[in-house]
Amino acid sequence: MIRRPDANLLILLAAFPVLWFLPAGLKSYGLYVVSLWLVMSIAAMGLNLTLGYAGLTSLAQGAFLGIGAYATAILTTKAGWPLPAAFLASSGLSFAVGVLLGFPALRVKHHYLAFVTLAFTVVVFLVARNEQWLTGGVFGIANIPRPVLFGSDLGAALPFYRLLLCVTLVLALAMWWLLRSPWGRAFLALRENPLRAASLGIDIRAYTLLAFAIGSAYGGAAGSLYAPLVEFIDPAPFALSASFVLLLTVVAGGAGSFFGPFVGAFFSYMLPELLRATGGWYLIIYAAVVLVIVMISPTGLLGLIERWRDHRSQTRAAAARAAATPTLGAEAGGSESDSLRKGATP
Amino acid sequence: MDQFLQLIVAGLATGAIYALAAIGFTLVWQTSQTINFAQGEFVMLPAILVLVGTHAGLPVWAAFAVASIAFVLLFGFGFKRFLVEPMQRHGVLPLAIATMALSVLVKEAAKNGFSAEAQPFPSLVPDGMLSLWGAALSARDLAIVVVAVVAIVGLQLFITRTRTGRTMQATAQNPTVARILGIPVERMILLTFLINAVLALVASYLVSPVYLAKFSNGESIGLAAFIAAIVGGFNQIRGALAGGFLIGLIDNLTAAYVSSAYRTAVPLVVLVVVILVKPEGLLGRKEERTV
Repeated sequence: MIRRPDANLLILLAAFPVLWFLPAGLKSYGLYVVSLWLVMSIAAMGLNLTLGYAGLTSLAQGAFLGIGAYATAILTTKAGWPLPAAFLASSGLSFAVGVLLGFPALRVKHHYLAFVTLAFTVVVFLVARNEQWLTGGVFGIANIPRPVLFGSDLGAALPFYRLLLCVTLVLALAMWWLLRSPWGRAFLALRENPLRAASLGIDIRAYTLLAFAIGSAYGGAAGSLYAPLVEFIDPAPFALSASFVLLLTVVAGGAGSFFGPFVGAFFSYMLPELLRATGGWYLIIYAAVVLVIVMISPTGLLGLIERWRDHRSQTRAAAARAAATPTLGAEAGGSESDSLRKGATP
Repeated sequence: MDQFLQLIVAGLATGAIYALAAIGFTLVWQTSQTINFAQGEFVMLPAILVLVGTHAGLPVWAAFAVASIAFVLLFGFGFKRFLVEPMQRHGVLPLAIATMALSVLVKEAAKNGFSAEAQPFPSLVPDGMLSLWGAALSARDLAIVVVAVVAIVGLQLFITRTRTGRTMQATAQNPTVARILGIPVERMILLTFLINAVLALVASYLVSPVYLAKFSNGESIGLAAFIAAIVGGFNQIRGALAGGFLIGLIDNLTAAYVSSAYRTAVPLVVLVVVILVKPEGLLGRKEERTV
């Protein structure tokens, strides 16, 4: 059987060359902003799996970003590991912690789970701030090196951006494959109706843990790329509000839609930079915009587009029906009234 | 021993603030399934509004009056009418997420619209020490406990002893039946939002002289209020009350005897344990779920 090529895959593969060449003319600040967008898209992709597909409300993605960033920073600056190894270790560590954090998710759902993960995030933040021997405390860790791969130095802004783009593509493809696989369907079943999923023989325990762990691993991977991107990390960007913003990112983009995280991350991380001209007001504008998006369409921006498309096709269908039926209706109505008239005036 | 007594009083004072915020949080949850992630910002904001008034040249009493009225209108009535009502049909989570966006919005607005620095706040109680059994107790702490307890007892009397309070309780327990019995459910829900705003207001005026008025105050207070509400029992006012005082005590005792760096962590551990072992809270009753 030949599968119809998937639209998401086509968009993904078409976007890659565009994103490869498009920012070439940008200055280093512009490249930094686009790179940040990619990194945060990865984190949001992970949260989208946990929240959007598996339906588990997590306020811990910011913490996993922090775990990945600190693990990479410590491994590359203090232990001298190369970035690829640190990247794998960071993602693996986040995966393992994600499994552990997934256990509460087996017991509690929705807002309770949000509170448990919230607690986790605050504790991770406190550890990063207080354990000075490991994390540098509030002074953070500086001089995080950018990688040298296959003999070529990727330290400059453009090569590093392109490396990030490649990693993003690989992770996005992996996510795309995962969501189409039986696992992805199982995650959906978990979100829609856990009881029915269980009665169909889906191992809820395993899939809940897996959804959490994979989502967390993406968060750790994003953090691992974030550290060399900014080259200096301290606890501030991994505070509770970072997890709030990541959750808003996924929801505003469209939880449970494949490109939602990219759209959301554009809103949350690129738009504020574009709005920097407004001085300190950009976060206010951003929060107001997100509030309006969530209020108008709880399914996010992509949900809004989808709804508009549905609406348009419906109105078009209605118009087609309307164009088709009046003649029939007029005939029927005409004959009916005729017969009535006939009957009324014998 | 006297140090212990001082810690207890300080803990009760902190706990009283948490309890005020937690009770409002619980009330709003009970009547309209609203998880207000902006609750901490609700406690932060009134003090900032007062300072905006005094900086604009208003006398202190007028600034308090204007700030109080504006806050209750905006974050009692306005919050219910323009955020909760339109969002409610989408379910618990989208509404909770909208309040998260609101919390970022309020916090950033306070930071940029007013000040990023902590500002001194006029105290309603003279600062001083009272000596009791050899322990030097802060008059402010005692005043906080007294005012908060009066507010909470007043609320409890209102809910259990007056007709309006009882109808409000009925609305919280079973809105459908309440509606059948002819209770104006919508008005009762609005009332809980107004009460929530007033409680936040009181907490704000009590806490700000001690911790100074700062845009980021809401983070820790809001967190403590969630924890208090959940640990005590999400669906009980007395649960939120007990939870508030408990968290306040744990907070202060941890800071003194365990580690001041991890003072926020210990209540969180308590929270996680309670959620995992007894999710309905220490004093809460089980919420039945339908399949």
